[in-house]
Amino acid sequence: MKKYIFSRVVQGILTVFFIATATFFAMHLVPGDPLMDAKAMTPEIRANLEAKYGLDQPVLVQYSTFMKNMLLGDFGISFTQKNRSVNDIISEHFPVSAVLGVLAILYAALGGILWGALTAKYRNKWPDHVIMVLVILGISVPNFVVAAVSQWATVNLNELAGTSILPVAGWGEFSNMILPAMALGLSTMAYLTRLMRNSMLDVGNSDYIRTAKAKGLKASRIFVQHELRNSVLPLITILGPAIAAITTGGFVVEKIFAIPGLGRYFVQAVQQLDYTVIMGLTVFYGAFLVFMVIAVDVIYGLIDPRIRLAK
Amino acid sequence: MMEIELNQKQTNSTPRSAPAMSDIKSTSDNLDSFFKPAIKQDESLHGLSRPSLSYWQDAWIRLKKDKKAISSLFLVSFILAFSLLGPLFWTVDPNEQNLNMISQGPSFGSEAIIANREMLGELIVDENIPEEPLEEILPLAATESLEVLGTANTVGVHLKWQAVPGAYNYTIYRNEMEPTSISELGVPLFTTEYANELSYIDSLQLEAIPYWYSIVATDGVDEAMTYTSIQVTPKLAYSLDQARAISNDYKLGDSISIGAHPFGTDQLGRDVMARLMTGGRISFFIGFFAPLLYILFGTLYGGIAGFVGGRVDGWMMRFSDFVVALPFLLFMILSYIAFGAGPGESGIVPMMATMVALLWPATARLVRGQVLQLREEGFTQAAQLLGASSWYILLRHMIPNTIGVILVTLTFAIPSAIFTEAFLSFIGMGVAPPNASWGVMSNEGIATMLNTPHELIFPAIFISLTVLSFNLLGDGLRDALDARMRSRE
Repeated sequence: MKKYIFSRVVQGILTVFFIATATFFAMHLVPGDPLMDAKAMTPEIRANLEAKYGLDQPVLVQYSTFMKNMLLGDFGISFTQKNRSVNDIISEHFPVSAVLGVLAILYAALGGILWGALTAKYRNKWPDHVIMVLVILGISVPNFVVAAVSQWATVNLNELAGTSILPVAGWGEFSNMILPAMALGLSTMAYLTRLMRNSMLDVGNSDYIRTAKAKGLKASRIFVQHELRNSVLPLITILGPAIAAITTGGFVVEKIFAIPGLGRYFVQAVQQLDYTVIMGLTVFYGAFLVFMVIAVDVIYGLIDPRIRLAK
Repeated sequence: MMEIELNQKQTNSTPRSAPAMSDIKSTSDNLDSFFKPAIKQDESLHGLSRPSLSYWQDAWIRLKKDKKAISSLFLVSFILAFSLLGPLFWTVDPNEQNLNMISQGPSFGSEAIIANREMLGELIVDENIPEEPLEEILPLAATESLEVLGTANTVGVHLKWQAVPGAYNYTIYRNEMEPTSISELGVPLFTTEYANELSYIDSLQLEAIPYWYSIVATDGVDEAMTYTSIQVTPKLAYSLDQARAISNDYKLGDSISIGAHPFGTDQLGRDVMARLMTGGRISFFIGFFAPLLYILFGTLYGGIAGFVGGRVDGWMMRFSDFVVALPFLLFMILSYIAFGAGPGESGIVPMMATMVALLWPATARLVRGQVLQLREEGFTQAAQLLGASSWYILLRHMIPNTIGVILVTLTFAIPSAIFTEAFLSFIGMGVAPPNASWGVMSNEGIATMLNTPHELIFPAIFISLTVLSFNLLGDGLRDALDARMRSRE
């Protein structure tokens, strides 16, 4: 297990290193000067920035400077937002995205387990059919459509009710978070429901359930103690991809609901070609995603001894 | 079933007769009975009761039974035909802007009138009425008639009313709902200066929708508590220049028929249906070719890794694990920038490049697993024992046995590529406007979602339906093509 964790972490570090390198050279492939389009750029600031990043030096020297700064956790200063460092942007806006993401994952996990258990319990009866149709819809409808339509529906609902039941944009209160978190978590919830259903059906056919039934355990106890607990386990495997999906989904949902999250700044930086912000955020997101996936895999190995044995 | 029973009878008969042999040996006269010719059995019992089916025929029969999959197949074909063949029949230019027809809802053709300001006539001032009333009459009555002069159109609506005795001047209101009380008259448009002004031309941002005009008389200070309303639906108006651009024969006052917009128009007055068609072409282009390329590459990669095996396999799979760990969107953004696509430029090439570069490992892993499994199968080993070459085994056993799985993967990859295209176009990194794609159209539609939801809803429906039907088709294909599923029945 230790060896496994070690090799995964080494692989993760290599991946992040590769991402940083690719980012650096991708930026350098772009024709033109990265400072060219920047507004509010006096010759002094320009000279300072050029000195700071060694833009007048050979590419390899620039590369080593860039890597050194990255290792020291210095992501540089935004080209378009005056006097704002990328570190500031991350520390200010990442918590917002994180709160939204955690809420979305919780919502998706609870919903997925509940609906999945329900469909397995009522297999081939109408609740199963209805929920599975909704699941396939949840998988097929893009998250920006879900977000936009839910926003539109809420606006109309608020108009009908005459008061604001749920705010449709902005950030701060818990009530602001409900709608975006639901829109963000919907597709993950749909995947989880499908996975949970299959997992429940597999577990339902296993020997230990038959044993539990044979020894006369109450049905509710079998369901909670044996079926549910064992079925939830495989769901953890999807947590890695789910975190990635929710992170990228956040880009869209934050834009639609006007949430000051990191994703929105990332998209904005890309649209404005704000090089330092793109580089910094790419490396940050890359490291975040890579290590989240590793953490999920390791946790899964720790929780489920069968996996540990297989490794 | 018949065959199996027969076989069982034959095999059972041998051991039963074996112990009898030793008894019989002593009595030689009975020996001949063992060498009697066998009774010729009916050949038809040995024959196959049904014609043999190839793999694909069998799969097709299974697929046909799956109602969801078949209806999805029809839906996919329909949307595909809509995008590919549609522009042959629907020849509206998807990029043609028509600022007269901004954000119109779905309609099946309408008429416009060619009009200008002069056609509405002069404002009416009745010289027989004094500018100020001579005597005070309270309370003021509502005007007895309110009418439209000429044809109301979106250039202007000319309202005329009858003078109210005692009124100093009149205020005209406009609302988009029918007023039920005096507090709901809507926007005050104008108040006349004198009592003898008896008409007004409204030309304030008119659209071809119903309006309710109301008129209220004032006693010089306060407004009366009575009003008269009229409902007016202005006709869509074209200017003479716009009409001349279509044909030189048009003159003022003519009617001009405007093409139908079954899905309405967008915020630049472009036809949504034509844009859905060209957008669909782009979405399908990316949706088909990107998965085709990366699945082909993944198949080759996984096939080689599995077939060669050993250390090469280990290293190749290590590399594919590495590629899996790379975050897709980040690399999409990087390649978008690296390809030199500036903001607002189309990113189809970087999009395809990133998909091909990053999405192959899943297929590679799948194919490798299949190949490894097939290598251990009896038929492969038998072929090896018989001295078949690697190429023969590859072509005869490996490829036909994996093609089903690959096809299923492709069917699931198409919707996810369409999804990705829509997502990237939505955040401004895929297809850039003015080119249409379903993602771009949704993105533009969201801006005007609250007032004209059709601009978002139609592209959203097209994306969702396409993805949905490919997913259902993939489910059906998996059930039909997967040999393991078959044995379970």
